Amino acid sequence: MLFKDFDPLKEEMLQILDQKGNIVNDKLVPKIKKATLMKMYKTMVLGRIADDKAVQFQRQGRMLTYAPNHGQEAAQLGSIAAMDDNDWLVLAFRELNAMLYKGVTLEQSYLYWYGNEMGAKYDEDVKVLPINVPIGSQINHAAGIAYASKLNKTGEVALAFIGDGGTSHGEFHEGMSFAAAYDLPMIVVIQNNHYAISTPRKKVIKSKTLAQKAIAYGIPGIQVDGNDPLAMYLAVEKARERAANGDGPTLIEAVTYRMGPHTTSDNPKLYREDKEVQEWAKKDPLIRFKKYLIDKKYWSNKKDEELQETSKKEVLDAFKKVEKSGLVDLEDIFKYTYEKLTPNLEKQMNAYKKYLDEVGE
Amino acid sequence: MAVKTILQAINEALDQSMEKDDSVVVYGEDVGHEGGVFRTTAGLQKKYGEGRVFDTPIAEAAIVGSAVGMSVNGLKPVVEMQFSGFSLPGYNQVVAHVARFRNRSRGKYHLPMVVRMPYGGGVRALEHHSESLETLYAHIPGLKLVIPSTPYDAKGLMMAAINDADPVIFMEPKRIYRAFKQDIPEEPYEVEIGKARIAKEGNDVTIIAWGALVREVEKAMKQVDDIDAEIIDLRTISPMDTETIIKSIKKTGRVLIVHEAYKSFGPAAEIISRINEEAFFYLEAAPKRLTGFDVTIPLPKGEHHFIIDPKQIAYELKKLMAEKA
Ligand SMILES: Cc1ncc(C[n+]2csc(CCOP(=O)(O)OP(=O)(O)O)c2C)c(N)n1
Repeated sequence: MLFKDFDPLKEEMLQILDQKGNIVNDKLVPKIKKATLMKMYKTMVLGRIADDKAVQFQRQGRMLTYAPNHGQEAAQLGSIAAMDDNDWLVLAFRELNAMLYKGVTLEQSYLYWYGNEMGAKYDEDVKVLPINVPIGSQINHAAGIAYASKLNKTGEVALAFIGDGGTSHGEFHEGMSFAAAYDLPMIVVIQNNHYAISTPRKKVIKSKTLAQKAIAYGIPGIQVDGNDPLAMYLAVEKARERAANGDGPTLIEAVTYRMGPHTTSDNPKLYREDKEVQEWAKKDPLIRFKKYLIDKKYWSNKKDEELQETSKKEVLDAFKKVEKSGLVDLEDIFKYTYEKLTPNLEKQMNAYKKYLDEVGE
Repeated sequence: MAVKTILQAINEALDQSMEKDDSVVVYGEDVGHEGGVFRTTAGLQKKYGEGRVFDTPIAEAAIVGSAVGMSVNGLKPVVEMQFSGFSLPGYNQVVAHVARFRNRSRGKYHLPMVVRMPYGGGVRALEHHSESLETLYAHIPGLKLVIPSTPYDAKGLMMAAINDADPVIFMEPKRIYRAFKQDIPEEPYEVEIGKARIAKEGNDVTIIAWGALVREVEKAMKQVDDIDAEIIDLRTISPMDTETIIKSIKKTGRVLIVHEAYKSFGPAAEIISRINEEAFFYLEAAPKRLTGFDVTIPLPKGEHHFIIDPKQIAYELKKLMAEKA
């Protein structure tokens, strides 16, 4: 049993593909279909370009605040790829890659960060909750989804993400306790990117690993190399088996690094050394994943160049559409408050329309 | 005197309070090393050390709740909620304990603590970064709610809040953190909590606002030079300076209240009730309020519908002046 073999109290971290892209744990390589591996990789390339471009657009004044994912792609894609189509994805706010994999379009993602609520309305069959900014609160939503799944025997599993800083929050603790108490089919992946804005994880969290927090809830916890897509896949695959068997939730700590700023409003130079960033650049998930696929003869440098080109075009096209989206209609800020517009809201909206008619915008 | 923004004025108030009084401690998320996401607490950790100025885990209930404990054990905590929208996990502590400790212990304990929080819209921010939640705090007995609109008041009110024997919720209008500067005294001083400021005297109509909206009202006045308005900057939302309001209404007979907080059950409703109770027969027109709509404050691409601008204030003002009692 995987979770018994890696003791979070001893800081035993699961790794399969090392930073050079070599298999270091032959026996543990998960069986992943070629199509799945390729979907993971293609999403990673698209996600990386989309992410870097979003920051660039923001610097040009064409995008609002954005929370970059650069460096954390494998933690997300290894996780989501191990889930079933029928499962749920419960977001924090730094999961662009998992979203894209699960069917949120790039245009929708961009539209949200562009400042339009319509970007949080994903397609009907996409079982993803909107981006969740209040830290920790999403864990309770995931627990509820998992409870409903268990009660109705739908077989769905809820996969939720949270940051290292988020594991200090009461809401995290409450959601974990709740889900553990009822053996709910929930998986929580902590993206330990080492910082909560300016605050280093080690400074405000005493636990040696974040995975060890699982012990207090009476569930398995495992620390995984979050930049290794194969290790992430394996951990989540096993956690999903547990969930599907009715054995309850699992806590997975993905050890990774946020290469960019917290958001585009943040200046990381205030709290971390360039040297540290450079060390982590060597552990880039994209480099090792590409090498693995080329070694397997699934991929080539030539194909990769083509993919870079088509992905870049896809990103630019998506953003072009977003830039044309304009402002939100007045009706739209009222319309979704309740099922039906109340008389009070109608009055407020009409009074404002009258003002616009009389004074002009 | 020194020229300062609101942000710098708050920083100076914290600095001088810490210098004068060793029991003052300052903490919150990213407050220490970085000096806050807005840099409001910049430089304090360097000067006063990690014991008195520190970064906390992301845990608002712990931040507010620990301030209760520190207060009863001899400290004067000034804690930060990174944005007012994230103060809610700490709200349980505020309502269940911060507001009640004096009463519950029949005066044995009191909490000389301050909970700071940047608030308000108009900064093109992400979700939960733009709310105006005055109502949630003003509604609770035992709390004081203070909102400065100028650098002078920001410093004086903050120093008064830290020295106050009771807990103060200090909302900071982040839209005007750096919007303008004012010449303010370099030495420590206090501005009395519970007293409104007459920002401009006038005879035709009373306009009541606070925070970032005071400036919008002042800008609106340029579009209606024929109206001689009295502008009241409320400064303390609770306990409210009813006397200043009533005196003004008795003089002008008309009132417009402007706030970004949601309309229903909001601060304007309370102000109008007090006016009706104490100056009803002086009114020459029905009291008016221009407020945020009763909808979740929109993300930036729809925020312009929600944000109150000078043009809209001028429009409401003209309508109010045209009304006959
Ligand atoms: C309840 C709450 N408090 C504060 C914030 C402000 N805030 C936004 S992101 C963040 C840090 C999050 O750190 P972490 O959980 O490690 O995730 P990361 O940003 O590194 O992905 C904070 C404090 C918030 N969004 N919600």
